[in-house]
Amino acid sequence: MDYLTNLQRDVLKEIGNVGSGNAATSMSKLMNQEVALNAPGLKIIPFEEVVEMLGGAETPVAANMFRIESGAPGIVFFILSIQEADIVVKRFTNQSIFNENNEPNELAVSALQEFANILTGSYLSALSDFTGLKMKPSIPFTSIDMAGAVISEGILEISQRLDYAIVIDTVLVGKEAANQKISGQFLFLPYPDSFSKIFHSLGIDRYE
Amino acid sequence: MNSTKTVIKVGIGDLKIAHAPNAIRTTGLGSCVGVVVYDLPKKIAGLAHVMLPDSQLARNLNVNMMKYADTAIDMLIAQLIENGARKFALQAKMAGGAQMFQFSEKADTMRIGPRNAEAVEKKLVMHHIPIVAADLGGNCGRTIEFDTETGQLLIRTVSKGEKII
Repeated sequence: MDYLTNLQRDVLKEIGNVGSGNAATSMSKLMNQEVALNAPGLKIIPFEEVVEMLGGAETPVAANMFRIESGAPGIVFFILSIQEADIVVKRFTNQSIFNENNEPNELAVSALQEFANILTGSYLSALSDFTGLKMKPSIPFTSIDMAGAVISEGILEISQRLDYAIVIDTVLVGKEAANQKISGQFLFLPYPDSFSKIFHSLGIDRYE
Repeated sequence: MNSTKTVIKVGIGDLKIAHAPNAIRTTGLGSCVGVVVYDLPKKIAGLAHVMLPDSQLARNLNVNMMKYADTAIDMLIAQLIENGARKFALQAKMAGGAQMFQFSEKADTMRIGPRNAEAVEKKLVMHHIPIVAADLGGNCGRTIEFDTETGQLLIRTVSKGEKII
């Protein structure tokens, strides 16, 4: 996959940009705060480094995973820090994400899932419009645990064929004071066969 | 007693060998399985971070064979013996094989944690290596660290604390 042309790389970054732009608008409405986008990244990296992008294998994160089974199949992660996930669920449920036994609180987790569901829906609908490929998310799967443990479950499909992943990475950054600020990270990991579908659909599957 | 102890880190789909006084660890095991094979009197241990149960589908691909249970364990044992371990003295401890997301469907690919654990067990039995202790399944991530001096395996989780097996 190192043979992606510059144009193809730019298109993949643009996919991250278009998707996250739409998701940022949704997040801004839901959380009632201004949301900015970091420049989207396209990374072709070993699995270990995908985990490093989230602060290392042991870092606890609130991970929402979606499978895309049509269009350009792959995995989308929407990831928040524990602290930010807590701000989100407090806003909608007035409860903390962990209960008194330090276990995830069921109602809070389902609020987080719904939040992730709306944002990922926005992300993918913009992607579908942009590429002309219909991409619908599965139901959300949520886990609040070590980054390495959750990411490795998402890359299983890819790891059967490759030793690295192509990651389209964007960060949504809220513009509130620190204790109310929400940031979230989208990682889109298309399955190996999906790239040719995306490029074909956009008419850039051949070298000029 | 003067030698400093370092902790050797094993990444996803990787394997390494450690000699006393060093420890060996791998972080963030989810559905992956961390398997330690060691010769305690010789104070040598090897650790593999297994991602997938079976290399069969990858035979024709040019990929890292250390990520599959079947090939990783063969490689681990070969490296241990090269490093002075004795095959008859080898023992194993293992942890991981969780299911991080609660899938409603029961598709086989979704049960990868238990399948990884089964594949590792099967391969160890094939090599007549006894599994002394294991901490498998559940739905939480694990970090493990093996002490080559004592043979203790420390298991750390986010919400369920630490234990030693």
